[in-house]
Formats: sequence, C-alpha cells, structure tokens
Amino acid sequence: MDQKNAPARENAESQPSLLPPVDVIEDGSGITLLADLPGVSKETLKVEVDAQTLTIEGRIGLRNPEGMDAVHAEVRLPAFRRTFGLSNELDTEKLQAELRQGVLTLRIPKAEHAKPRRISVRGG
Amino acid sequence: MDLSFFPRDLFSELDRLQRQVQEASAFSPSIRGLARGGFPAINVGSTADSAEIFAFAPGLDPASIDVYLERGVLSISGERIEPRSTKEAPKASVHIKERFTGRFHRVITLSDDLDPETVDAKYLDGVLQISIRRSAASKPRRININ
Repeated sequence: MDQKNAPARENAESQPSLLPPVDVIEDGSGITLLADLPGVSKETLKVEVDAQTLTIEGRIGLRNPEGMDAVHAEVRLPAFRRTFGLSNELDTEKLQAELRQGVLTLRIPKAEHAKPRRISVRGG
Repeated sequence: MDLSFFPRDLFSELDRLQRQVQEASAFSPSIRGLARGGFPAINVGSTADSAEIFAFAPGLDPASIDVYLERGVLSISGERIEPRSTKEAPKASVHIKERFTGRFHRVITLSDDLDPETVDAKYLDGVLQISIRRSAASKPRRININ
C-alpha cells in the first residue's frame, strides 16, 4: 500500500461527481463499455485500472463566456466518475479506449485462456 | 411533513408525500436523475451580451441535429442511434443498458430580447453550445443624469 498516494486518492473520491450512464455488452471475445461523458475531452479524461477495479473519471470543460450567470442547470456538477469491478478473465493489459464526441468506448478483451471454446464430446 | 390544511384522503396525502420526497431528491448528484428531465440535459446561462445554451448530447453527428429558434422558443431535436455493437453481434449479452437511444426533442423558452439573426451553434466533445446575442436595444447601458 502506497501511503503517500492514499490521501490524494481519497480526496478525488470524495469530490462530488455525476454518475455517467453506460452500456456494457459482452461477447465471446471481450466486453465493450460505452459511457456518456459530454463535455469531457481527451485531456480531462482518466481511465484507470487498479487491481480489479476500473475507474472512469472526467472533468466537464465548457467554454463559458466571462461573467455568465446560470439561469437553468440540469448538469450541476463539473465531473463524471464511475468505478466497475472487473473479473480476472479480462485482459486489462490490452484494454483499448476511444473518446469520440463525448462518448467513451472501452474494449476489454478476454484473456486467451478464458475465451469460449467448443468442447468436443466423444462417444463412449 | 405537515398534513395539508384540508386532508382529503390517505391516498392523496401519500401522493403529496411522494412528490415532496421527489422534489427533495431532485438535487441529488446523479446523471440518472436527468433521465426524468429528458435527453439531452440542458444548462442555460446568461451574460450581458448573450444567452448561452449547453445541450449535453454526446455521440451525435452534428449534421443530424436540428436547432430552431422561433419567437424566443428554442427547439433541439435529433436522433441517437443504438450502437452498432449491440445490434450486430447475435451472441452478445447486454449487462447494463442506461444510455439513451432514439429520437429526442427538447424545447426551451428564452427571453424575448434575443436576436434570432445572431445564433451561433457549435458541437464539441458531445456538447452543443448555442450562443444567441441580445438585440442591441436591450443591452444594459448607462443613463446620464442631467
């Protein structure tokens, strides 16, 4: 356990943030996760895998003109954050992430040994 | 949780209570709460020179978004198509499905001092930002006292 990093991480977790809506689809070769992160750019997005936890974090950057007053707000917090527990058949080393127009697509392939294979049944 | 002044029946009281709870939780910091308000979520800001509308509509083709401004009423509509991956792979199983798909249409009423000729709309990182300038006559100005 890295003692130095612990407080910083606690801080990040205690910051209020929005829970982004996601789709999670699994097929034979892996898992695809789509997350809606409007306003998050590549620079402000953080995708982290720590042991068996996947964390998605992003700050919403808006081009607010100076001196703007909020009149109506449905998005009230400046950041998104969500964590997922992973299982060990997923190969997080080969995780691929793409951010396009505020939608994050994560592809986590299954490890070779965990891919489904047809088991031949021999007659007796 | 006071009883209403003229209690009618238990069910209407329960209904009122439920509404109170919903209103109290409307500030909860969850994007899921926005699903009730519709897609896309909208923030509106105001400056001395313009009105700024932010529509949080990720994953769209900017050319497919229809934005209309008519007599101070702004309308944003379009369609978000289901991701290809969920449709095509027959053996795929969907574990979580929270993202909005389908047609959407939101209408917001703006103040009437805006100039419909000076609308600027940009789509970046899944946020549609619409800036509408205020008409010159309604800008705040200093009034000299003689």
